[in-house]
Amino acid sequence: MPKITFIQPGGASETVDAKPGQSVMEAATGSMIRGIVGECGGSCSCATCHVYVDEPWFSKLKPADEMEAGMLEGAVEPGPQSRLSCQIPVTEAIEGLTVRIPAGQV
Amino acid sequence: MSTDTHPIVIIGAGQAGAETAIELRKLGHQGRLVIVGEEAQVPYKRPPLSKAYLAGSIAEESLYVMPRPQLEKFGIEVMTSMRVERIDRAGKTLALSDGNSLAYSKLCLATGGRARMLSTPGADKPNVYPLRSIADVQAIRAHCQPGKRAVIVGGGFIGLEVAAVAVKMGLKVTVLEGLPRVLARVTVPEVSAFFEKAHRDAGVDLRTGVQIEAFEGAERVTHVRLGDGTRIETDFIVVGIGLIANVELAQAAGLAVDNGIVVDEFSQTSDPDIVAAGDCTNHPNPHYGRRLRLESVQNAMEQGRAAAHTLFGQPKRYDMVPWFWSDQYDLKLQMVGLSTGFDQFVLRGDPATRSFAAFYLGDGKLIAADAISRPQDFMIAKKLVALRAAVDPARLADESIPLKSLLPA
Repeated sequence: MPKITFIQPGGASETVDAKPGQSVMEAATGSMIRGIVGECGGSCSCATCHVYVDEPWFSKLKPADEMEAGMLEGAVEPGPQSRLSCQIPVTEAIEGLTVRIPAGQV
Repeated sequence: MSTDTHPIVIIGAGQAGAETAIELRKLGHQGRLVIVGEEAQVPYKRPPLSKAYLAGSIAEESLYVMPRPQLEKFGIEVMTSMRVERIDRAGKTLALSDGNSLAYSKLCLATGGRARMLSTPGADKPNVYPLRSIADVQAIRAHCQPGKRAVIVGGGFIGLEVAAVAVKMGLKVTVLEGLPRVLARVTVPEVSAFFEKAHRDAGVDLRTGVQIEAFEGAERVTHVRLGDGTRIETDFIVVGIGLIANVELAQAAGLAVDNGIVVDEFSQTSDPDIVAAGDCTNHPNPHYGRRLRLESVQNAMEQGRAAAHTLFGQPKRYDMVPWFWSDQYDLKLQMVGLSTGFDQFVLRGDPATRSFAAFYLGDGKLIAADAISRPQDFMIAKKLVALRAAVDPARLADESIPLKSLLPA
């Protein structure tokens, strides 16, 4: 069970146990992490699960595809390490993944 | 006796009901929370039903909003396979289908809707299916083997999504639409024509402007007979012709109902102890200045959160710009706003490239947009529509000008 840490805009952090096969978004919504809504259910259609992925994990992830990159352009405060957490599959390789939630994401 | 010791009860275990419960916990509500749902499952996500779940690419468990142990951890009680038969508002109790009663302190109606069915002769035969629930999809999937014939009634989102999945699985698919074009109620002819071509290119036999006379066959439907006498052979039928809001419980309880359960901008019904959220509500939309009844997951979740705020005693005005999406083949259709009443229409990009957008203006302001495999345009359009931005149609149509530059600085 890889552990994932979510850091709120105010600095509060919460670490959850994720299950391989889930997405990082599902790990968050299953634990009621604030700021990650996942309105479209994980189909890369709404950008309400946008996060900033800390290094070293950001560089280790399979990069965003064209659809995700397009969504991120219009997400809340996009940055160079922006990803949609529904597009990041949970694997043992991401143990310790740390992501930050953008301010202003309901 | 104070009723405050009784739980907040949510009728309906769909996404509006689940989101209301989750938001109440996020807000810090400490008391008991009970969701009563008539299906066998804990609350689950419906949008993937006609897409990934029908295709068999995701498991049932991944549809759940939260697995049961997590619901228990957060103190969200879910009564499954249970119907509420009656609301006694004076006594603040609910009559349940198992004969018991359940007292409530406050109530949320998240009763959603049920699939509209046909009254055509033969439409009650067992191989005619709606698509609204996990059980529906499981029944449909049992027929989905290569070479089988499927007739899909309705060229809306559900019908076209099912057609795309079924044809990819190797079925022989016929789509029957009564109106002259698909997606007629939600988009312009140019976008409809694009999707009609996409489906025909994929091998779907798509027929518009057709009337269904009868579903023929002894035990099961074997043929669909059309108004012009044509008979289409089929193994099963999927009906995707819209939704009927579940308002009967509210109506019987004497709450105001008018094309949905009538609520105010705080999701409050005509009873101060009862809120409502999701597909079943008729609610004011400040952005468009009129009342709406929406059938979308966005509305279910956002209004669910608004209802939770009211239940928690921190009312927040529900103000949103509707958006919708549909996945068909490799195409992603994303729509924002309601185009009703537009007086100008602009196309950006060439549909032949399978990536373009349609913009709808009213009095020079952007009121809605449809983006086809153009996520960045959709995201910018969402902001422009929310701002009621006045946009120059020529600039909208000019692809050399980034859409982003039309956003006010």
